Amino acid sequence: MVVTAARTPLYEEHVRLGAQMTNFSGWVMPLQYSTIREEHRAVREGVGLFDLSHMGELRVEDESLGQRVVSRDVTRLKPGRIQYALLCNEKGGIIDDVLVYAVADGGYLLVVNAGNQDTDFDWIKAQGKQSPKVVNVGRDWTLVGVQGPRAVGLVQRLTTADLGNVKYYAFVEGTVADVPCMISRTGYTGEDGFELFCGNAGAVHLWRALLEEGKSDGIRPAGLGARDTLRLEAGMRLYGNDMDADTNPLEAGLDWTLNLDKDFIGRDAIIRAREKGLSRVLVGFKMLDRSIPRHGYRVVSDGQRVGTVTSGNVSFTLGYNIGMAYVPPALAEPGTRFGVDVRGTAAPAEVVQLPFYKRPHPK
Amino acid sequence: MADLSGMRFAETHEWVKKDEETATVGITEYAQSQLGDVIYLELPAVGQQLDAGSRLGVIESVKAASDLYSPVGGEVTEVNGELKDHPEYVNQDPYGKGWIIKLRAVKDNPKLLDQKAYDAFVEGQSH
Repeated sequence: MVVTAARTPLYEEHVRLGAQMTNFSGWVMPLQYSTIREEHRAVREGVGLFDLSHMGELRVEDESLGQRVVSRDVTRLKPGRIQYALLCNEKGGIIDDVLVYAVADGGYLLVVNAGNQDTDFDWIKAQGKQSPKVVNVGRDWTLVGVQGPRAVGLVQRLTTADLGNVKYYAFVEGTVADVPCMISRTGYTGEDGFELFCGNAGAVHLWRALLEEGKSDGIRPAGLGARDTLRLEAGMRLYGNDMDADTNPLEAGLDWTLNLDKDFIGRDAIIRAREKGLSRVLVGFKMLDRSIPRHGYRVVSDGQRVGTVTSGNVSFTLGYNIGMAYVPPALAEPGTRFGVDVRGTAAPAEVVQLPFYKRPHPK
Repeated sequence: MADLSGMRFAETHEWVKKDEETATVGITEYAQSQLGDVIYLELPAVGQQLDAGSRLGVIESVKAASDLYSPVGGEVTEVNGELKDHPEYVNQDPYGKGWIIKLRAVKDNPKLLDQKAYDAFVEGQSH
């Protein structure tokens, strides 16, 4: 069987820009255009442009259905606001992490991970009583990320919407470079910026307009490689790496995404897990030597395996190597030292507070 | 373009260039482009004996950790210390300042490819 990876409406743009393409969750996406280091730096210091059209978008029309599948109280979400939340299974395991948008005409838009969109859709549909109102609208939309300290100024020059009034985790409808967009102040990089949802027909025009107008900001297109090194510095979990259907939100340090005073699928199991006490928790750590931790490496202490690395890489911004791992709660305090088994050697590491990197507050 | 005359290549994407006494080893342009941003190299100690095809170290990029193999046998006389602070030299100049080790008492490896044969091998791999 030959499985053909899907192309986003911006595929030809990536090829024209000389991107190295890679298959990711059934999509052919840019991995990098120049080097990951340069693209990472552009986002931290100027602005980077991402094609995120592989992300899935599900529309859930029915408030009670939304309330039942999402870990937070969606009824408290005002139109125009966004929350980060989880979909959990009956055992309290994480099916996906999602952004929930409260749209003006009622109902919710869930922005979900590319590789989970079919699973999420089937799961939500199965939870509906009679005619479950969930629609996968992902293929109709292009999603472009504009991220970095110069992102807000750049997008503002291309829109009449007053972006000063769009708070973090809020969105407005407007046009950017004359393309109708949902302008969302969100991101997965640790920087300020926007994610722009537009119809596929306007995608190329929007992309080119941002690259052109962003020249004076030092804009660079950035691929999935930089997206991963950026999100890791920002301490953001990656579904499939740092959490999965066998991970409890409490273990993943995502307590703040739970409204346990309302009913949702997985709530009871999560409460039971809390009462029982956790056997492992996700921590951030930095390497004390130059070794690079990687997903799947063992965490060792006193010669025993005590945990597993879930993400790890160089931190270009901080200049040392960082990672996240599940370890017993006794080893979770910042300052605690353990080893990471790198090719048979226990390389020294120290637990640090997440996130590793926090953007400086604007003056 | 770097001067590749006199270089020979392994199917594991290392190059070797012999002078009279020593041989210099690095990775190819194709290898660096596949690895992407190199961030760390784990290299052998000076004095270590290597056989042709044996593991000489590890190269790590943002994407992954990969083994490096010695294209020829010999004794390590030098490792490129510059790479400790500038691993990106391997990306920027894989045939020049991104060289990795030097060997003496070199034992030849008849399995190595000349440039034309290596280019054809890479061409075959990428299809």
